Amino acid sequence: MRLKSLALAGAALLSLTGAAAAQQPLKLGIVTTLSTPGGYLGEDARDGILLAIAEEGGKLGGIPIQPLVEDDKLKPGDAKQIVDKWIENDKVQLFTGIIFSNVSVAVVPSILEAGGIFVSPNAGPSNFSGKACHKNYYVASWQNDNLHESAGALAKKLGYKKMVLLAPNYQAGKDAITGFRRMYGGEVIEEIYTGLEQTDFAAEMARIRAAKPDAVFQFHPGGQGIAFLRQWTQAGLKDQIPMVVASPSLEQRIAGAAGDAAIGIAATAHWNTDFKNAENEAFVKGFRAKYNREPTVYASQGYDTAKLIASALNASGGKLDDSFRAGMLKADVKLTRGPFKFNKNQHPIQDWYEIKAVKGADGKVVLESGAKVLEQHGDAYAKDCNL
Amino acid sequence: MQLFLEQLLNGLQLSLTLFLLAAGLTLVFGIMGVINLAHGSLYMIGAYAGAYAAAKTGTFWLALPAGLAAAALVGAAMEFIIVRRLYARDHLSQVLATFGLILFFNGFIAWSAGRSPLLIETPPQLAGFVEVLPGLRYPAYRLAMMAVGVAVALGLWWMISRTRVGMLIRAGSDKREMVEALGVDIAKLFTLVFALGALLAGLAGVMVGPIRSVQIGMGEQVLITTFVVIVVGGIGSIRGAFAGALLIGLCDTLGRAYVPMLLKSWLSGPLADGLGAALASVIIYLVMALVLVIRPRGLFPVSG
Repeated sequence: MRLKSLALAGAALLSLTGAAAAQQPLKLGIVTTLSTPGGYLGEDARDGILLAIAEEGGKLGGIPIQPLVEDDKLKPGDAKQIVDKWIENDKVQLFTGIIFSNVSVAVVPSILEAGGIFVSPNAGPSNFSGKACHKNYYVASWQNDNLHESAGALAKKLGYKKMVLLAPNYQAGKDAITGFRRMYGGEVIEEIYTGLEQTDFAAEMARIRAAKPDAVFQFHPGGQGIAFLRQWTQAGLKDQIPMVVASPSLEQRIAGAAGDAAIGIAATAHWNTDFKNAENEAFVKGFRAKYNREPTVYASQGYDTAKLIASALNASGGKLDDSFRAGMLKADVKLTRGPFKFNKNQHPIQDWYEIKAVKGADGKVVLESGAKVLEQHGDAYAKDCNL
Repeated sequence: MQLFLEQLLNGLQLSLTLFLLAAGLTLVFGIMGVINLAHGSLYMIGAYAGAYAAAKTGTFWLALPAGLAAAALVGAAMEFIIVRRLYARDHLSQVLATFGLILFFNGFIAWSAGRSPLLIETPPQLAGFVEVLPGLRYPAYRLAMMAVGVAVALGLWWMISRTRVGMLIRAGSDKREMVEALGVDIAKLFTLVFALGALLAGLAGVMVGPIRSVQIGMGEQVLITTFVVIVVGGIGSIRGAFAGALLIGLCDTLGRAYVPMLLKSWLSGPLADGLGAALASVIIYLVMALVLVIRPRGLFPVSG
């Protein structure tokens, strides 16, 4: 009798702790770039993720989420420290947030080695998309080359025969040039590599002027891109040489800040504010209401990342095992950008569109989407991945 | 030839901007012996105050005084409240305290102005370009910046060599104890010099507003180059700051312009482009190393 009641009490106790464990929210480590000139990129990605969590009342896919957010200051070393601390002390197993490829290249291996899962809302460096692909590494945004492949395809479509290409001298810059060349096919007179923190491009612009290309392609995200466009106009080059860019060099924030300097540029993107689908309309409305500003492409990527995680958590019931992976790969969720599926290297297959800057009704410069440039486009590295 | 001329103008323009920053930093370091890492923050504050005033009033000509005043006032307050306590301390305490100020100012700007980069509209009078030579368009605004840089350099030279304050500054950087012993109110002089340095940094900050984006962290980016300038020029010397700024500004610009081109004559295209960019980005440090080997105390060392 006593034994039985003891067992009962034990069982009750067990179920109690079990219940407590189920109540324990799942920790989501968001390590992202919140300071430095690239700070608004991470801020928007973070706010997109947090918006998706808030919309579900603190949950993703029905699972309570405890988001941890820290600033990597665009320093790979800082990011690694943050991640190591979360793995060690907080037992975090699910990570997202990284914006810059140089940070991603340094940090992702530590996460994967510790058995964690990483879902990228932005950076998709070529390092991890081919042979080194990993079953716990997902990219919800694009493989880096994709952005610039779409710009290359647009430049080809526009009939430019000889071009000058510019990008910062780091992993994503090299991926940009590789990607652009892959789809462009025309002659590249010169490749110019700039500094990752450079904001004065006078010397480079003089070289472009002297090279006399049909058009120029440049990849400069964030504040760098704004400065580039302004100086381009000031140097009197805007009406002499056409420019083709991918979305990081002309997103909503850059267009707003550069103003008239952005008009006339041929750009490409996989998402824009004006996409007509129910998810996007709800997202744009929700983002404006919660944060009182226009969402950028980074915000949409953060939101879509959270939605993908939600679909996987829903499928797995909150477990981070093979059922989570099955749920992720199914990608059974509608995203703000429209049709989306994962390639075999767990990077996106999606559509790319033409984007141009126009004067809105209120005189402000806004981005408008146009024709499809690439349809259900994957990446060139997937064939080397054995997953 | 035309390309070279354009690159030379670019180099000079960068040099003169660097000089505005280096002049204040070298005075503070030379006279007070304080390593002020937050000098870049004053540049940022000038730029942000300018951007704020420009957005409110819609004109650059009010942004300019707003930026100058904000930087000078914050500079004077910074000296009075914090830096003053550091004169007697070692360099480590100074570095720690002024590094803390960088974090504070960056946080303050993020909180008050947001993280989005801002821009100052180019004044309409200077918005276009000037045809310097047939076919060579150069931004009018950059030419104006160069004129301001030259005017400030001349003004500083006149002040340092011809006025009583300048005499005290020169004396203070050479033999500080002696100046104090002669009964000069050194505390007031220090606040003045610090505010002057801040004013020049603020001027540089507002002036780059229409060219570069005004953003958090802009100060730290430029600070490293500024330190290179004053080390090359000789710490504490205005003349050295000018020479150092010219050398570093020209080497940086011409390096970025010509190193990849030179490499291309005996390497294949993409390889030369990549290697050239890498080499060009370290060229100012090579120049600094070379100068320090030949003249360990810089080009124009201050005696004492």
